[in-house]
Amino acid sequence: MPLDTSIKSVLIIGSGPIVIGQACEFDYSGSQAARSLREEGIKVTLINSNPATIMTDKLVADNVYLLPLTPESIERILEEVQIDAVLPTMGGQTALNLSKEVEELGIWEKFNVRLIGVDIKAIDKAEDRDLFREWMIEMGIPVAPARVANSLLEGKEIAQEIGIPLVIRPSFTLGGSGGGFVKSKDELEAALNAGLNASPIHEVLVEKAVLGWKEFELELLRDSADNVVIICTVENFDPMGIHTGDSITVAPAMTLSDTAFQLMRNTAIDMMRSLGNFAGGCNVQFALNPETEEIIAIEINPRVSRSSALASKATGYPIAKIAAKLAVGYNLDELQNQITQTTSAYFEPALDYVIVKMPRWNFDKFKGADDTLGLQMKSVGEVMAIGRSFPEALQKACQSLENNATGLTSISRSKMRPEELMEYLKRPTWDRIFRLKEALEAGISIKTLRELTHIDRWFLYQIQDIIKVEQQLKAIGNLNDIQPEFMLECKKMGFSDEQIATVLKDCTPEQVYDYRKANGVTRIYKMVDTCSAEFAAVTPYFYSTFEGKSEKV
Amino acid sequence: MSQENSPAQALLLLEDGTLFRGKAYGKTGTTAGEICFNTGMTGYQEVFTDPSYTGQMLIMNTCYIGNYGVNEADVESDSVKIRGLICKNITKRYSRMVATGSLEDYLSANNIVAIQDVDTRSLVQHIRQKGAMNCIISSEISDIDTLKAELAKVPPMEGLELSSQISTTAPYYYGDKDAALKISVLDLGVKKNILQCLAERGTYLKVFPAKTPAQELLDFQPDGIFISNGPGDPASMPYAIATVKELLAANKPFFGICLGHQLLASAMGIPTFKMQHGHRGLNHPVKNLITGRSEITTQNHGFGIEPEATRNHPDIEITHLNLNDQSIEGIRIKNKPAFSVQYHPESTPGPFDSRYLFDDFIAMIRQHQ
Repeated sequence: MPLDTSIKSVLIIGSGPIVIGQACEFDYSGSQAARSLREEGIKVTLINSNPATIMTDKLVADNVYLLPLTPESIERILEEVQIDAVLPTMGGQTALNLSKEVEELGIWEKFNVRLIGVDIKAIDKAEDRDLFREWMIEMGIPVAPARVANSLLEGKEIAQEIGIPLVIRPSFTLGGSGGGFVKSKDELEAALNAGLNASPIHEVLVEKAVLGWKEFELELLRDSADNVVIICTVENFDPMGIHTGDSITVAPAMTLSDTAFQLMRNTAIDMMRSLGNFAGGCNVQFALNPETEEIIAIEINPRVSRSSALASKATGYPIAKIAAKLAVGYNLDELQNQITQTTSAYFEPALDYVIVKMPRWNFDKFKGADDTLGLQMKSVGEVMAIGRSFPEALQKACQSLENNATGLTSISRSKMRPEELMEYLKRPTWDRIFRLKEALEAGISIKTLRELTHIDRWFLYQIQDIIKVEQQLKAIGNLNDIQPEFMLECKKMGFSDEQIATVLKDCTPEQVYDYRKANGVTRIYKMVDTCSAEFAAVTPYFYSTFEGKSEKV
Repeated sequence: MSQENSPAQALLLLEDGTLFRGKAYGKTGTTAGEICFNTGMTGYQEVFTDPSYTGQMLIMNTCYIGNYGVNEADVESDSVKIRGLICKNITKRYSRMVATGSLEDYLSANNIVAIQDVDTRSLVQHIRQKGAMNCIISSEISDIDTLKAELAKVPPMEGLELSSQISTTAPYYYGDKDAALKISVLDLGVKKNILQCLAERGTYLKVFPAKTPAQELLDFQPDGIFISNGPGDPASMPYAIATVKELLAANKPFFGICLGHQLLASAMGIPTFKMQHGHRGLNHPVKNLITGRSEITTQNHGFGIEPEATRNHPDIEITHLNLNDQSIEGIRIKNKPAFSVQYHPESTPGPFDSRYLFDDFIAMIRQHQ
């Protein structure tokens, strides 16, 4: 279906103040959506209570309202501006909740405003844990065994039946608070009590914990003709048990066979097609049992989410921009790939680089906060790095954290003994990746580390490769003894000049830079073009790396 | 990879004289053929064993291959069919609990010469602009003139007939012999999963060597005829075009995939042509013009059918179109129960979006009974 010309004026709801779990991602999607709709000649009105956003810039929308995100504000806008439709999927949970509230008050109906890009019933089905489970079971899609308990006794009975490890998820609490893992019998009673008390209706879901399973996330787009594409597949470096927002994540998936991937793709498409009636972005999470490669569905978010912004940047595919066009009637196969401008928007991006996203925590600003990572997101931001190898992207990410890490190597060392490190690594913390490196240096085996952390071996091998290069660098010792080929190898593995200088004797980053310049080991730039260079790109963006030659638009 | 014992260097020389450097991997040696690239991010083992890649020097655009090792089940034929492999990173240490070995051992066991640590992105851009051409990779010859001389001996892909070299040498059966339907399959380099997709839909298959006369396929008294995918230039296969013509005359339900599609078109008098650099990957968008639905497809072809002649042909209906370059992806013969697609509905690797075509074929057979 082409553009729905009855929509001439659209209201976009922002996500309000920046909080953990809902940050500038929604500013990014809101601004993209606004531009996308204005391209179609649609007037855009924006409401957000947060003035420190790009989307509230007068250049982004026709009308900008800096008002509290309340039904009263919406009513005021509708009285002042002729609005045909509201797009509530760009402002996270805040915007969706406000739309639902306004819907219940009958305000949209009163002003004859249509909700586009969303199906409220679908949202409820996706977000209510019970409804989600029922729906998955109906479709024959595996989920973790679980049952609802309303008392300690009931909880204990269910625990007996399902078996440890378990996750206790209190009903109707925000952001996973009050929930927790039960890894041994003596933790059960405390966890059940905490969960029941946290829930306003004294109810918890007692669920089998698939700790140690691998976690994957798929970003999809769907149009009103039921065409679905997978924009990006993201693999979590950290296995199940840590909130995706607090996990180091990698794209494309690094350890996924085609058989396992197609199973996920098929399942995600089935889920999306059976989920109400809406056109736009969606995100599906799966856990994969590494021993059998069976998968279970974890959750589905039928809206542009935090991870959509990451997937957009990771692939070059502007998810929010296209989702907005789908909401006003277009189908995917009627739109153009925005980067090549010659090929179709209905395709699945191919990546010829590696993306590493690393969360940024600020525990030093939250004195006394528990720094164990788990069900509740605790990071305050994230960095994304691009490289032509995983070590390069990983080290670039470390260098971008704006702490004292100059790469995976030189962050303040814990000086823990091997036994202490092994104990420490049992509990996931913000600095786990750095401690893993220390543990490998201390000679702790990959097998042991895998048992302690459940992190896939492939990632541990990569860290070991970084260590090998660092040790060789140390053995060489002096900058002047390094051959240019080896310097190039170091740069390909993501070592920064500062990091190299630290490893060598009596050396400054400037000297490393001068050495590189003199020996032709210099940075070049490659494109993020959605298509692995298959087609010419008109509006790509670039990342730096060390191989071959730079490219130009 | 210390300074002293870094892996052996390897060279990649293109027909137009462009030289790329990288590191040796797999078997030490020299190998040459036509260069092509695949943009898929999963399924390297299925790709390497796909008979349609016979004679090809393959660039994998994705940054890594080998991460999840190899598995005996993930093959499309019984050996590696690519002639040489060009990659950015091939991982030495893999991780997959159900894997049966490493990619490195697998490549070595299959005598594949590979080169890695190549600036594959620049290389792909070069091929995209200049078109497919022959190339040579070597981990033993470092003299450029010697490489040039070796490369000059390699015939161009255009005009090359390869199917008869890789097809089964004797007919064989596949599937349940008590199945309700029988299909004769002409093996021009058939992928295992095509046979599987047909068999699991209640058919019993007899698979014939490439140069089998049409009458032998008909002697099986099949309910349907299937013409497989395969390597090489369809224009160099007059024997197969003649077979398809005879089979069409028998008016049996007919389905062709990839090379089978090109041969159906050829039998109808449509010329084929060598594409600039082909379509290879798991993300090619195709629109079904009959249903209006779109599908993401697996593709692997370097030749196509002439669009103008197809559009103007009175007996041919175009059923599928590529949304990227508008090339023809599927046709149907108006007065016969025959259709074909340029892409790979059996996928492996790739999306399952187009598996419905096998159902369509079975429905056509049942309708015809």
